[in-house]
Amino acid sequence: MAAIYSLYIINKSGGLIFYKEYGSAGRMDTNDSLRVASLWHSMHAISQQLSPVSGCSGIDLLQADTFDLHCFQPLTGTKFFVVCEPGTRHMEGLLKFIYELYTDYVLKNPFYEMEMPIRCELFDINLSQAVQKDHVALLGR
Amino acid sequence: MAPVGPRSGDAIFANVERVNAELFTLTYGAIVRQLLTDLEEVEEVNKQLDQMGYNIGIRLIDEFLAKSNVSRCVDFKETAEVIAKVGFKMFLGVTASVTNWDADGTCCSIVLEDNPLVDFVELPDTCQGLYYCNILSGVIRGALEMVSMKTEVTWAKDMLRGDDVFELQVKLLKQVPEEYPYKDDE
Repeated sequence: MAAIYSLYIINKSGGLIFYKEYGSAGRMDTNDSLRVASLWHSMHAISQQLSPVSGCSGIDLLQADTFDLHCFQPLTGTKFFVVCEPGTRHMEGLLKFIYELYTDYVLKNPFYEMEMPIRCELFDINLSQAVQKDHVALLGR
Repeated sequence: MAPVGPRSGDAIFANVERVNAELFTLTYGAIVRQLLTDLEEVEEVNKQLDQMGYNIGIRLIDEFLAKSNVSRCVDFKETAEVIAKVGFKMFLGVTASVTNWDADGTCCSIVLEDNPLVDFVELPDTCQGLYYCNILSGVIRGALEMVSMKTEVTWAKDMLRGDDVFELQVKLLKQVPEEYPYKDDE
């Protein structure tokens, strides 16, 4: 059974604006999650520079022994990434779907300040529905 | 190979939630009217509408990218086409055309023959300097700024001022590179 461990959203300048854990595996405190976010932001930028291919948009997938990290970066520079059990499928679709939820429930909330931490209940509700496993499988179809 | 984005916004337009056109038109009219009352100066209203549009544009661009599946444009020409064909269709339900390219491909006109914002509007003599749809130019400017293009968007023709079409002039001022400003020797 594949599982998602955590979800991060980081703004253009590398600040963590949303973090959510699912389940108890890989639990982190606030400082660590902030560190992971800014570390990933920098690594992503460096990977773009190191890539032998021109026009590279950075790391999409990092595979480790104990986890996979899938990253999605739309043209506006906000980054979405999930850390999940190795081999979890349909993560690309999930990230795209989360991006849509972000545009609907975060950006359209007139009281949300751009680039600031996300505290939107509607986003939370819709997100938890999207992350439920059967829904993830559905997105893959 | 990245997927090629749609050349028209019809399919997306069919799938997004829509509101009654009259409600939209009248709401916009009420906003402009209120701004005129509050700010008194027509020039100030133009500025305020542009700023409101900008604030919308910087958020709207993400929705556009999320729902349109458009990938990175190769040049400004493609960008203008995508705005006219996909963007306007998706959010306003109308299609625009792109004309009047200058020699170096940095300035063009987006021509709107149909504009739902002005369905019931007649400009009175006291508001002759008003760019009634100035919110649209702000939206385009804001949206493009979020994808690293600094632009200047102005109205070249306005049907409310007796022209035969609405024409927005979009001028690319500069393309801000996305690369991080790292230098090897720093």
